Amino acid sequence: MSLPGTWEAVIGLEVHTQLKTISKLFSACPVGASRAEDAATDAADAWMNGDDDPSDGVNRDIDPLTLGLPGTLPVLNAEAVDLAVRLGLALGCEIDHASRFARKHYFYPDLPKGYQISQLDRPLCVGGAVRAVIDGEIRKFRLNRIHMEEDAGKTIHDAKADVSRVDYNRAGVPLVEIVGEPDIRSAAEAVAWLKSLHQTVVWLEVSDGQMEAGNFRCDANVSVRHKGEPLGTRTEIKNVNSFRFVELAIDSEIVRQIAVLEAGGRVVQETRGWDEGSGTTRSLRSKEDAHDYRYFPDPDLPVIHLDPARVASIRAALPELPLARAERFSGELGLGAYDADVLTQTRERANYFEAAAVVSGDPKTTANWVINDLLGALTKAGLNLADSPVSPAALGELVALLGSGTLNSKLAKECFAAMMAAPADKPVSPAAWAEDSGGQLNDPIAIGVVIDAIMAKNDGQIAQYRAGKDKVFGFFVGQVMRETQGRANPELLQQLLKDKLAG
Amino acid sequence: MSHTELIRSPLVAQAAAVANREVSARALLEAHLTQIDARQPAVNAFRAVAADSARHAADHADALLAAGQGPRGRLFGVPVAIKDQICTRGLVTSAGSKMLENWRPPYDATAVSRLVAEGAIIIGKTNQDEFAMGSTSATCAFGAVHHPWDLDRAPGGSSGGSAAAVADFQAAGALGTDTGGSIRQPASHCGLVGIKPTWGRVSRHGAIAYASSLDQIGPLARTVADAALMLEVIAGRDMNDMGSLDAPVPAYSALAAAAAADPDALKGLRVGVPTELMGEGNAPAVKAAIEAAHARFEALGAILVPVSLPHTSFAIQTYYLIAMAEASSNLARYDGLRYGHRAEGARDLEDLIARSRSEGLGPEVKRRILLGTFALSAGYYDAFYGKAQAVRALIRRDFEAAYATCDIIASPTSPVTAPRLDVRQDDPLAIYLMDIDTVMSNLAGHPSLSMPVALDDDGLPIGLQLMGPHLGEETIIRAAAAYEARHPFAGRALEGRA
Repeated sequence: MSLPGTWEAVIGLEVHTQLKTISKLFSACPVGASRAEDAATDAADAWMNGDDDPSDGVNRDIDPLTLGLPGTLPVLNAEAVDLAVRLGLALGCEIDHASRFARKHYFYPDLPKGYQISQLDRPLCVGGAVRAVIDGEIRKFRLNRIHMEEDAGKTIHDAKADVSRVDYNRAGVPLVEIVGEPDIRSAAEAVAWLKSLHQTVVWLEVSDGQMEAGNFRCDANVSVRHKGEPLGTRTEIKNVNSFRFVELAIDSEIVRQIAVLEAGGRVVQETRGWDEGSGTTRSLRSKEDAHDYRYFPDPDLPVIHLDPARVASIRAALPELPLARAERFSGELGLGAYDADVLTQTRERANYFEAAAVVSGDPKTTANWVINDLLGALTKAGLNLADSPVSPAALGELVALLGSGTLNSKLAKECFAAMMAAPADKPVSPAAWAEDSGGQLNDPIAIGVVIDAIMAKNDGQIAQYRAGKDKVFGFFVGQVMRETQGRANPELLQQLLKDKLAG
Repeated sequence: MSHTELIRSPLVAQAAAVANREVSARALLEAHLTQIDARQPAVNAFRAVAADSARHAADHADALLAAGQGPRGRLFGVPVAIKDQICTRGLVTSAGSKMLENWRPPYDATAVSRLVAEGAIIIGKTNQDEFAMGSTSATCAFGAVHHPWDLDRAPGGSSGGSAAAVADFQAAGALGTDTGGSIRQPASHCGLVGIKPTWGRVSRHGAIAYASSLDQIGPLARTVADAALMLEVIAGRDMNDMGSLDAPVPAYSALAAAAAADPDALKGLRVGVPTELMGEGNAPAVKAAIEAAHARFEALGAILVPVSLPHTSFAIQTYYLIAMAEASSNLARYDGLRYGHRAEGARDLEDLIARSRSEGLGPEVKRRILLGTFALSAGYYDAFYGKAQAVRALIRRDFEAAYATCDIIASPTSPVTAPRLDVRQDDPLAIYLMDIDTVMSNLAGHPSLSMPVALDDDGLPIGLQLMGPHLGEETIIRAAAAYEARHPFAGRALEGRA
């Protein structure tokens, strides 16, 4: 979306994402139903319908600490700290070796202690950047910080029955909040930023990053100004849960703010929500209603003294990141930028490709097969890459057989189809398949015999061809291929056929 | 031994009597239950008496002994009382508040489970000031506790029920909590030994939080040896409390016994006399008694060293700012939604929370929540909570300087003895000022002990406070045991009083 006149949007994003830990941030209580969000939602529905069976999953992942029972104390989950440090290091943040937690107070039924344990003045990670490809260029968008905090439970309102119920499964699940600087200038850039961050957290296996399940949530701070002028008043759009809605919400908010200012009004600092129905944002609460959170350092939790050796070992275990890997794919392996981008969408995909390319020895052809054949076939079969019936080694082998001429491309596609269709316990080996099918026919004498036999039966077509009707050439190719069950080496066939037809 | 002799003997002696099968655990328990029955209407030390579960535990102990499988633990068969502020699994835990009137925790505090693991029998929960906020035990939602020696007086607080129960032989020992003196001050008023350990020495897991950075669980007992043994049992690292210290636990009881037996135990010990706490703010009898205690230390070979804690005059303000700020946060969870008192007929969510809190919490608790909320609010944080933390650091530095010249500091535990219950105190500030002697150790996080050393003209106990440096429990326990051995507390002539 281009803006009229000298208008410019200034956007900063804040993302909350759940860390993929076994237990909650401050207790050994397992994180289970809160992950299997769909099941939990179904269970919540059942519960609202009066089914109070505790086996349904609602309020299953709870313990005295999760409920904020008197006398309980938070005990920090080291796994969560490690994951947050991992993310911070990957994004180039400084790790604070004396970070601490603070209490953020407000009353709400899904907040069991009356305060959320979060971080204020000493976040775990400071600075860093999100890198995203904008117009073909890698751009760096600065981060302000990444801090850790606990998630709240969920309040479920049933307007019909005039009751509200609270599910504490999610309460205490570890979150990191990634706070960006206002370096973004358009909704499209915001989406690129968000997709890049999302790709990174999933790539690092720091978070499941399921937006629809609410474990990767975005808030957008938006203001507008005339280029070169100081920052305008911002509004905050809360909890937008898809890339598409982020783009729509930001664009609609930019349009709204410009309209307000051009009509001589002023933008009010407030929190707004995205309304999917109307495609606009609407006011949730004004600055005057903002809570005084009364932050203070949590006296129950000591300063997090991170051993430099621990940070170093987390750094050493960092995988190659998506953009670096894409650069290597195009630089070292000679892939096009588009292919490199597609193959680095997930770490799993990149790993698959590289494993197959090592076996095939031909990265470019392997990339084509992964992108054009494998991913499409998996989507059609409703399978994830992890469940692919075709292993990376088998795909690499197939590409190698193609390269060596053992299979032609038609046979290779047939072989691939057979590999996809094979049951998990009986995978199809491309080499064995090639042998069973006889493989590509590379013998000029054998092909010549077939051509001769076909030519003998088609005098009319020969005459047409010799009269200059080139299209008839294809007829002969088709006839030979049919006769050889597609096994004829196409290049050889072309050559031989041309010679023979020429007489 | 008669039942009267039995319940009046020290905890250590009761444990030995059970272990040696001179008395059954059940008989020992029944003797205490009889005393509780007789005295509860007048003293009101107990919030709840766990007679059934205690009898069950005592019978089990006796069965083990009969089968030659006991004693199991150093507190085997000994009835102890637990302050209502401390969680006991399945046993009502109200923190002295209507808010938690019917709350039964699903778990034991670590200190409780450690006592039980050593064979102690939980006889009941003791009354206290609501949420440990008070120094008389009169802000209890379940009635004021009365001083067992003089029913018209308060036993002190906030662990007043624990102190009254132990002083009145209704339990062999008890746990209390101490945020600004809540173990030591009632110990002082009731003629007991009470220990506030180093912050982190005893796990806070299961102690209902008042002011987290100041709270500690500790023992109240009738002798130094009893208190030392209880501390030894409950102290040590706990994975449920990140603030608990990973330091080995000395054999406090053996050290106490050795010091009591050693005539030279106090030789060369440098006893600090804190100028700022020995002034005219003390009742004359208190001042005289503590000066006499100092002289006795000197006579036993200790060296008296005048020390100054220059920031003493800011201690009360500092303490109350920090305590109230943390309390406003810690008590935010009492919203009536998950447990505790819930108001009827609320209009909406906000009304429900506001009314549940208004109805469930008492005036002193509300006062502290409101003041603490104010102290943490935007624009005031730096001026109040931030400033208080800065002064707290200065007070710690005062102690560091003092401990460069002395080993322990000996002061009064309270400027006064047990106050009358009928003298209504309308000025909370005047009451707060009485905490001057005890809050310093909480602010510094240091260990501190109160032991009885004299009686005033009304026959009420006067407590001597021995403060020590970080993890200096060993030093103050040894000093107290040595002093007690030479000068046994003479205030036990209670017949006719009680």
